[in-house]
Amino acid sequence: MKNLISERVADFIKNYPPFNVLDSKSLFQLAEQVLIVYKEKNSVIFTVDEPQHSHFYLVHKGAVTLNNPATSNILDYCDEGDIFGLRPLFANENYKLEARAHEECILYGIPIDIFKPIAKQNEEVTIFLMESFASNTRNPYAKSQKGQLFDHEGDGEEEINKEVVLPDLQLASYSKKLVTCSTRTTIKKAADIMSKKKIGSIIVVSKDLPVGIITDKDFRNKVISGEQPITASVKSIMTTPVITYPKNLTITQAQMAMMKSNISHLIITEDGTPNSTALGILSKHDVMVSLGDNPAVLVKAIKRTSRIKKIKQIRKSVMVLLSGYLEQNIPLGLIAKIIAELNDTCIKQIVEISIAKMDTPPPVKFAWLALGSQGRSEQLLHTDQDNALVFEDVPEEDLPKTTTYFLELSKLITKGLNTIGYEYCPADMMASNPKWCLSLEEWKNKLSYWIGNPGPNEVLMSSIFFDYSLAFGERSLLDKMSDHIFRTVQNYPIFLVHLANGALQSPSPTGFFRQFVVEQDGQHKDFFDLKSRALRPLIDAARVLILSHSVKAISNTWERYEKLAELEPNNKELYLACSYATKALLKFRTRQGLANHDSGRFIKLEQLTKQEKMKLKRTFKAIKEIQELITLRFKVTNFLG
Amino acid sequence: MGLFKRTPKNLPDYWIKYAELFKESLSKNFNDLVFVVLDTETTGFSFEDDRILSIGAVKINKETISVQEVFDIYLEQEKFNKETVHVHGLLKNGQRECISEVLALEKFLEYVGNAIIVAHHAGFDMGMLNTALQRNGLPKLKNTILDTGVIYKKTLIKSYLVQPKSNYTLDELAEKFSISKKDRHTALGDAYITAVAFLKIISRLKEKKNFSLKYLLR
Repeated sequence: MKNLISERVADFIKNYPPFNVLDSKSLFQLAEQVLIVYKEKNSVIFTVDEPQHSHFYLVHKGAVTLNNPATSNILDYCDEGDIFGLRPLFANENYKLEARAHEECILYGIPIDIFKPIAKQNEEVTIFLMESFASNTRNPYAKSQKGQLFDHEGDGEEEINKEVVLPDLQLASYSKKLVTCSTRTTIKKAADIMSKKKIGSIIVVSKDLPVGIITDKDFRNKVISGEQPITASVKSIMTTPVITYPKNLTITQAQMAMMKSNISHLIITEDGTPNSTALGILSKHDVMVSLGDNPAVLVKAIKRTSRIKKIKQIRKSVMVLLSGYLEQNIPLGLIAKIIAELNDTCIKQIVEISIAKMDTPPPVKFAWLALGSQGRSEQLLHTDQDNALVFEDVPEEDLPKTTTYFLELSKLITKGLNTIGYEYCPADMMASNPKWCLSLEEWKNKLSYWIGNPGPNEVLMSSIFFDYSLAFGERSLLDKMSDHIFRTVQNYPIFLVHLANGALQSPSPTGFFRQFVVEQDGQHKDFFDLKSRALRPLIDAARVLILSHSVKAISNTWERYEKLAELEPNNKELYLACSYATKALLKFRTRQGLANHDSGRFIKLEQLTKQEKMKLKRTFKAIKEIQELITLRFKVTNFLG
Repeated sequence: MGLFKRTPKNLPDYWIKYAELFKESLSKNFNDLVFVVLDTETTGFSFEDDRILSIGAVKINKETISVQEVFDIYLEQEKFNKETVHVHGLLKNGQRECISEVLALEKFLEYVGNAIIVAHHAGFDMGMLNTALQRNGLPKLKNTILDTGVIYKKTLIKSYLVQPKSNYTLDELAEKFSISKKDRHTALGDAYITAVAFLKIISRLKEKKNFSLKYLLR
């Protein structure tokens, strides 16, 4: 039965191979039989050795990982429009890999019984399937050749290495589209070819063997300088001999080779010597891209994108980078800085893209504020988005119009952030909420109210606002807000006591007998809540202490403790212990989060080694002591009594 | 005393078959439950004066919707309200094949069986369906009803400063869950959007303690 839903299914699948070559009759025949399957994040679609399903899958929304549970290696990511789980159905064998929903997914299950006869009739479909089984991405046995089918056809920058592989073991991917000329070609002709193909180097061949290479530099040094006329042959300016390597070159080898000979291009030949035909060329740029774990390259890639979906792709590499850093035990302070920088770049780019989508430029200056963990530069894993927008004061009659504009913009931005993986804030603490998108004057009034009437909720709200950072826009607006907060807090010293009281509300990490306190009920029964029992007390304590010293512009927790250590030398040891504990706990949380592909907040105690448990417990000592210090200093007990 | 006129003897076979299904209780395991997510397009908002133009529904079984098993029918109209045609784009006896109200109800009962009915602002759709049943001398629907407008609110965090709105439209839900709104205002299109939203709401609520069908009905 043809219906509206089958039409929508057909509309979607016709854009992706192999369905793009089907005629509309076969397309509808397929679409009418499709199953629409919803998979929540982390749920399994099929496991290793599971018997065949009667369907193979096409990702409609979300992403799926194919992995080998034995080695926990992710072998492939399937995005919207990718198919998976087809090969076993054709080979008539059980599944060889595990497919898992990497995000919340909607999949189309396409019945193999109907697809097979259609595929057989259509030669193009058959060819596509053969190719994909033999060489590319959906085949676990061709890992080293992954993606090469499509290499260097698009922009190199956008191709991001998706696997966690150490660079010194990873094969360098090189460009196979060789552009060559003979030794008798004139310099002008060679330059014409290079301009036309938009390339920076050309290989000179003689009798099918590479004998030299010309790069842009050669034109500058040997032609424009007058050394050679443009009518001379390329032989007179080419660099010769060329440095050649065999094709199974690793990235590290390639880097070494370039450094050693101080060159930027390597020629890949059949047997690795200049005496066999050239297969391809590997440039310094190729190395940079295939490394992909270079933050500078990623930042550049993010800044170049004009599509939000591309940013999502790049963020996957950020996660790869993160797990690599953790593995190498790089100091967490440094990791957090790099990741925060990358997150900031993503947010900035999304704001830019969103502004471009609006019909008119912003009517006045504004600032986009990151709140919570993002504001503290402590966000390593994707969490909820917490943000707010402040814009310059406008005459009263323009206020509704301006508010509407910024709300509209905020909606675009929050949607974009959602697309790249930040969940919407369940409490709606986002700039798209009219309560969080205000003019400077309105914010000041709101902040004064919170500080002047500190109930438990007001304390919570304002505490969020002491951990903010500028993600985009006008810094002066943010400074004015900070100034206002500090001035108001000075008029209401009791506020600090409330804040201190709030900092002591987080439940204690250990029970009476020094054992871990685990959650009593709910989905996380018997798990240890790392966030609210260990991290939050430290974060809250740092905030109230730093505020009591009127120090602004430091929002990061461990940096706050380091500053405190400087301000109060007599408590230096405790503060440094807290700084260390915060970093250790955050690292712990990030590791857990990466391993389980979640926020890392809840920890299963049985999974920890003895050593890890000891490490955790050591940080608890600092938590206990800092809470005692706060109780004494702000006389919280008196206040409560 | 209209109530006594409808003795079981007068009820048609298809109703008896439908009612039989409810003798067995539903599975206790949430994953085994079958849901029918529906939407109706109508000539207006009055249960008495307005009529159903079309019914669209999809069946969810183990988080899967089969495209083959969707329900999509259009009803013949005697009454015709020019104003709402504008909203739904459904012209009276347009190109679509239309069937009589009573036949539509028969087909619907056969389709829905004892599944749990899910709809956005379910009260309205149920009102329209039950009034139509009554008009044709049939009792009310016996199914358990869930309203996505109500259960969505269970996913929100309750805070005293950030009050949830009392009412969320299907458009707002579609936006929150990034669902394409391409087929809004067709019965089947809305039913599909509601179904995806329903699945996403359920996956978020599953984390809560005491999650069960009862929890959703509360």
